[in-house]
Amino acid sequence: MMFVLERRANPSFRMAIASPILAALGMMVTGFFLFSALGKDPVEVFYLFFVKPLSSTYDIGELLLKTTPLLLCGLGLAMGFRANIWNIGAEGQLTMGAIAGGGVALWFGDSDSMWAMPLMLLAGVLGGMIWAAIPAYLRTRFNTNEILVTLMLVYIAQLALSWLVHGPWRDPEGQNYPQSRGFGDAETMSVLIDGTRVTWGIVYALGLALVAWVVSQKTIAGFRMQVAGMAPAAAAYAGFSEKRNIWIALLVCGATAGLAGICEVAGPIGRLQQQISPGYGFAAIIVAWIGRLHPIGVIFGALLMSLLYLGGEAAQMGMSLPSAITGLFQGLLLFYLLAADLFITFRLKRVRPAERIDPKPVVTLKSAA
Amino acid sequence: MNPIVPMIASTVVAATPLIYAALGETIVEKAGVLNLGIEGMMLIGAVAGFAATLATGSDTVGFMAAAGAGVALSLAFGFLTLNLQTNQVATGLALTLFGIGLSAFVGHNLAGTPLPPLPPIFIPGLSSIPIVGDLLFRYDIMVYLSLVLFAAVEWFLIKSHAGLTLRAIGESPSVAHAIGKSVLTTRYLAVMFGGACAGIAGAYLSLVQTPMWVEGMSAGKGWIALALVVFGTWKPARVVLGAYLFGGVTQFQLFAQGFGLPIPTEFLSMLPYAATVVVLVIICRDPKTILLNQPASLGISFHAAA
Amino acid sequence: MQLNKKWKFLRLSIAAGLLATSGAVASAEPLKVAFVYLGPVKDGGWTQMHDEARQKLEKAMGDKIKTTFVENVPETADSERVFRQLAADGNKLIFATSFGYMEPLQKVSKVFPNVKFEHVNGFKTAPNIVVYEPRFEEGFYLIGTIAGQMTKTNTLGFIGSFPIPSVMRNIDSMTLGALAQNPKVTMKPIWVNTWYDPGKERQAAETLIAQGADNVGQNTDSPASIQVAQEKGTYAFSIDADMSSFGPKAQLTGTTEDWSGYYIAETKKVLDGSWTGNRHTRWGLKEGMVVMAPLNPVIPPAAVKVFEDTKAKIISGELKPFVGPISDNTGAVKVAAGTAMTDTDAAFNSVNWYVKGIEGSVPQ
Repeated sequence: MMFVLERRANPSFRMAIASPILAALGMMVTGFFLFSALGKDPVEVFYLFFVKPLSSTYDIGELLLKTTPLLLCGLGLAMGFRANIWNIGAEGQLTMGAIAGGGVALWFGDSDSMWAMPLMLLAGVLGGMIWAAIPAYLRTRFNTNEILVTLMLVYIAQLALSWLVHGPWRDPEGQNYPQSRGFGDAETMSVLIDGTRVTWGIVYALGLALVAWVVSQKTIAGFRMQVAGMAPAAAAYAGFSEKRNIWIALLVCGATAGLAGICEVAGPIGRLQQQISPGYGFAAIIVAWIGRLHPIGVIFGALLMSLLYLGGEAAQMGMSLPSAITGLFQGLLLFYLLAADLFITFRLKRVRPAERIDPKPVVTLKSAA
Repeated sequence: MNPIVPMIASTVVAATPLIYAALGETIVEKAGVLNLGIEGMMLIGAVAGFAATLATGSDTVGFMAAAGAGVALSLAFGFLTLNLQTNQVATGLALTLFGIGLSAFVGHNLAGTPLPPLPPIFIPGLSSIPIVGDLLFRYDIMVYLSLVLFAAVEWFLIKSHAGLTLRAIGESPSVAHAIGKSVLTTRYLAVMFGGACAGIAGAYLSLVQTPMWVEGMSAGKGWIALALVVFGTWKPARVVLGAYLFGGVTQFQLFAQGFGLPIPTEFLSMLPYAATVVVLVIICRDPKTILLNQPASLGISFHAAA
Repeated sequence: MQLNKKWKFLRLSIAAGLLATSGAVASAEPLKVAFVYLGPVKDGGWTQMHDEARQKLEKAMGDKIKTTFVENVPETADSERVFRQLAADGNKLIFATSFGYMEPLQKVSKVFPNVKFEHVNGFKTAPNIVVYEPRFEEGFYLIGTIAGQMTKTNTLGFIGSFPIPSVMRNIDSMTLGALAQNPKVTMKPIWVNTWYDPGKERQAAETLIAQGADNVGQNTDSPASIQVAQEKGTYAFSIDADMSSFGPKAQLTGTTEDWSGYYIAETKKVLDGSWTGNRHTRWGLKEGMVVMAPLNPVIPPAAVKVFEDTKAKIISGELKPFVGPISDNTGAVKVAAGTAMTDTDAAFNSVNWYVKGIEGSVPQ
């Protein structure tokens, strides 16, 4: 008796929903053994990881605050991944958004202008887009691999930020420490729920997720991108422009990542400084995947990743677990998820050895839902 | 002291881990598999190599343990991408995340312990030739082995029958499968080779370059190695050249600082990354270069039942 | 007799009860003390020194306190949550061990007026925030004393992380210390724009050595430069931790920190109720917060004597590292003759110039 994988006639919607749950279960089972081996009570660790970060309004605010940049970057990345555009430099686009938007905030100074915030957000979006336009141009004009260009541009953007806060934009009253002046009140995003730090950024992010959903499901542009991702040859045959897809995918991600950047510096940080993101642009790649590259799924993906970060912190404080646990868990989760995803497009079938199946290569790129 | 010779020597040492990791990835990608998990495998290699050397006192055991650890991690990647057909990009990224976390976790108690560095080989006579001796004959053994590895990879890809099969599978797995080649076995072997090389690259950091273990010590070198493969258009000679070039540009910017160049140091630090992009553009400008060299099935899963 | 004892006991318990309710002394509950670290606890440098001091604190105070630490806390929006969470969890004394936590601390301290915050290397205090800082310049001046005497090429090197004032003071004072012994020395700085990247630090050290620097100081975290010096037969100086095991021949000395004295003193103040806010504490060699790593036996006795004399003068207050006349390397006078720039001067806290003798211009 042996098993082979057989392609399903249609990707299974039920499995697409079930696999993140299976993955989370797998992660928890592994965690159970790991924590038991370490001599920590797994139940208590799980409580700290998954319940404590949700136990008060403030905590939920923190969860949403951390979800915001993950969701924004995840949305943009998911769109690109669906079209087979591998932008892994959202971190750099986020940084550029923060620089551009933060630059506008510094230019306004302490002004009460009602234009300050809209212009900052716009500048943030544009900053991210300009940074994403570089790989788009290089890819469409010179055929340059976007994975590497977007990645190299992360380092360059971070060094640019470092130069600005050490040099031209350094706070003149800050004893020459590398940070800009604090933004004025009109240049700081207002808090959404009193007593928390969560800003209007989460509302923008959720709104954009809905927009992205409508666009991807109901418009021709969304259809073109999906076809391009699933069947490039068919897309070319149908006359869909590959170049246009590349531009759209990168610019959209640049825009959302840039918005994430300005929401961070104009929100909880309130100034420009050397480090503004603990790697949201990279973590968002996992978010996009957990979210099945689907805008609504990405919301859940972002919430889960955010919870893992907060849970890791709580486990450190409560049980002195090393911070490496967070990364370990996130990696495991993604592994299990990818493995479980197999059953979206395939099912196990029992065959007798005599049976032969057409050895046709298949591409396993998951369609959204 | 003539500063040029030690500068070149320093570049060689900086480039060596990149060469190991990038040559390994070249083979992986030539088989049509894209493994973005180099950074994770390097870190696991670094910690495994360090722990093994600490326990046994032998660098050789250390490098072997590192290669083994890299292979173990790459097998997880292989199982997911080759057997379960998961997306290679996402799996590779998961591997990196996992590797960073796992290495920090298992290496928690190893941090801060020193190890004696690998002694350079002084070939009597040769290494005392002025300039040439300093330039060519005063490295640790892993530097020379990296060049041996380069020659072996070059020979394997171009001259050997197995290399031909590997390339054929990278170009068109379905055709290779149809003529009776095992895509799965070949790709597995390639992925394991890549894992071993990345592990060794990591151990070079923790045993030779700065003999110690600290979490995250690869500091992004896995990504640079990945860039070098494209940079070298999947040709081993160009990959090696690219590694030396990258090391050289990094060295140059530090050197320029030492002379007090009035340019913000952040801009100088950007140079290696900017240079990588510029050279990539120059190489890729002609679409034929990429199309001719990039394995056609790169990053695409292959599923053949029976 | 019996009665008397009982009575005494009763009186004591009443007194203890009163004290406990008045809040001046914590009840049986141990005082919760938390530490927030930027890096991993085993980083072999900055964070590790803080964590070792935390362990010493625990040992010294026994069951009167309970410590918690959180490692790898980035200087992003996340740190504010960590501080808040620690305060909400009942920690009454929180040590924030990186400069970049300054703004989040300002916010959290207002929400938790009864929690005491201690911030390293910052400059913003509050009724419940104090700042503490080692006088690194004293250690680096002594490093310069050795480097100035040991150099054969009259060229020194320095691997810098970021040109912030505290790092600038270190390179300046090392140069001043060296010039006091050897007026011919020049100093070459290289900035690597990272606190930690062994590969890059190694390349920087190799570059400096190739350019003739035979005594290299550093303000980055890894022992890479010590290891390079060991291979090349030159000298180097450690920072934060004693790194001599990475290069026993190469490391001449170095500055290390022992935070435990300060942590114990502050914790005791909280326990006995004498802790006050709005302070800026600077401890150096005298108080034992800055400790010199052991001197390498290769240093000739005459040089050791100069080192010890200088150290004694610094401890007694007779010698201040930044004593005039000091001009920067463009010729502008920064400290007038006959005066000294000390840590109470605003100029001291925002140093962004190279003293004469350092090559190049400050990265702006």
